[in-house]
Amino acid sequence: MRYPFWRVGVFLAACVAPVLWLYQAWLFALGPDPGKVLVDRLGLGTLILLLITLAMTPLHRMSGWAGWVAVRRQLGLWCFAYVVMHMSAYAVFILGLDWTQLGVELVKRPYIIVGSLAFLCLLALAVTSNRFSQRRLGKGWKKLHRLIYVVLGLGLLHMLWIVRADLKEWSLYAAIGALFLALRIPVIARRLPRFNARKTVNATKV
Amino acid sequence: MLIKLPSASGCKESDVTPESFYLSRRALLGSSLAGLAVGALPEWASAAAPSRYADVEPGAAPAWFAEKLPKTKWQAVNVKDEAITPFKDATHYNNFYEFGTDKGDPAQNAGSLKTEPWSVVIDGEVGKPGRYALEDFMKPYALEERIYRLRCVEAWSMVIPWIGFPISELLKQVEPTANARYIRFETLQDPKSMPGQRSGFALIDWPYVEGLRLDEAMNPLAILAVGMYGRELPNQNGAPLRLVVPWKYGFKSVKSIVRISLVSEQPKTTWQSIAANEYGFYANVNPTVDHPRWTQAHERRLPSGLFSPNIRQTEMFNGYGEEVASLYTGLDLRKNY
Repeated sequence: MRYPFWRVGVFLAACVAPVLWLYQAWLFALGPDPGKVLVDRLGLGTLILLLITLAMTPLHRMSGWAGWVAVRRQLGLWCFAYVVMHMSAYAVFILGLDWTQLGVELVKRPYIIVGSLAFLCLLALAVTSNRFSQRRLGKGWKKLHRLIYVVLGLGLLHMLWIVRADLKEWSLYAAIGALFLALRIPVIARRLPRFNARKTVNATKV
Repeated sequence: MLIKLPSASGCKESDVTPESFYLSRRALLGSSLAGLAVGALPEWASAAAPSRYADVEPGAAPAWFAEKLPKTKWQAVNVKDEAITPFKDATHYNNFYEFGTDKGDPAQNAGSLKTEPWSVVIDGEVGKPGRYALEDFMKPYALEERIYRLRCVEAWSMVIPWIGFPISELLKQVEPTANARYIRFETLQDPKSMPGQRSGFALIDWPYVEGLRLDEAMNPLAILAVGMYGRELPNQNGAPLRLVVPWKYGFKSVKSIVRISLVSEQPKTTWQSIAANEYGFYANVNPTVDHPRWTQAHERRLPSGLFSPNIRQTEMFNGYGEEVASLYTGLDLRKNY
């Protein structure tokens, strides 16, 4: 396996945050409503991990360092892990495991519906993230994994519905997301500055 | 309007009190609540003793407040069998968007708010309009402690011991004219001291505005508060003067008031202007009318632990139905949410 330390480092960085939050929440260090804070942080964590995942390909193209794409799948799976934790925290701390209420929420609340759709997309991506699926789906795999752009749109919409008074934070994430999408438009992608032209040839094969 | 205050939502001595305890309501409360108290409850030493609460950070009370405080009528209204929210939580978990949208922002940023000198403008349909220095504004009123449930529209709740006076007393002073049908409140607008008002991305059209129907404002439960937990209001809780209407969602209880107007038309209130489908003018606590994004049937009573969540049923009018339901007879509360 290439870049073992880099991969393990990314792994540790991604799992430190939720463990720390859970510990803080348990100690009431997150305030009197720790469940809500946890749900919000895990949701935002999902979005940030999604953006980081989307940054790997452009970073790779620009730097030519293959380490970026080496952790791309791991980051995508972390994004999925965070969304699972986000939804579990919501079910336990907000809904109090009231499943009939969950049914009501799923039918009545547009932002929950949008969030759930994004989750289903991420689920499909996570399930097909292994090499076996890659081989089996062939060209279809790449097409399927373009769903990540849909997830980004749904996730941002989900968040937009929740922020009510100040769009500053949301605008920041939306702008970063838009930038990463723009970098994938062929005209722009071709013009990206390359800081290490030699290695980029290998990169496009991945 | 002369409703006797200690009613069902308050402490009904007679229905639970053994005869021998009957003479001392405080002693009774002390004993029945002792289990819940965990140090957050007042000492119930004697009938005249002022309420004391654990871990209250002392403030720097203005002279007029310090002078009035000893004459406060303590526990004029109380809650039954419900623990008072710890001071730390009530002062570090706030929605006061003028200081930022995070719950911790107000505690962090409200230090910049200058509450002395403070003046309040009274205008509109009143016989005695004018601008009053807060100490003069407060002169006619005797302070009372009102321990109320506070239900936020975001489905969390607290129990807070406010110190204030009924708005009905204010209305007596300002002499509303025959045209006055609503009362409108305005929060300070001062981007220099209020970072939230400096944000270019804010969706709120400052200043924050709230309002009540005049008969709602006349209800004895509706108060203007100047203190809490036995001291003056901390800045993040809306110092030096705020509204408290316990049967409505918290956002109605406008903070740091600089202007009170009596008006003939229903005022355009802040949250209703931003999202009328989510936040109505009435905003009465109502478990049967959902917020479009979540249910209002339950609430998290804070502090609510991670693995021992303190979730309870939300009561109609936040449990103050006996006092206020009559204000809304004939009104469709599903439409007028």
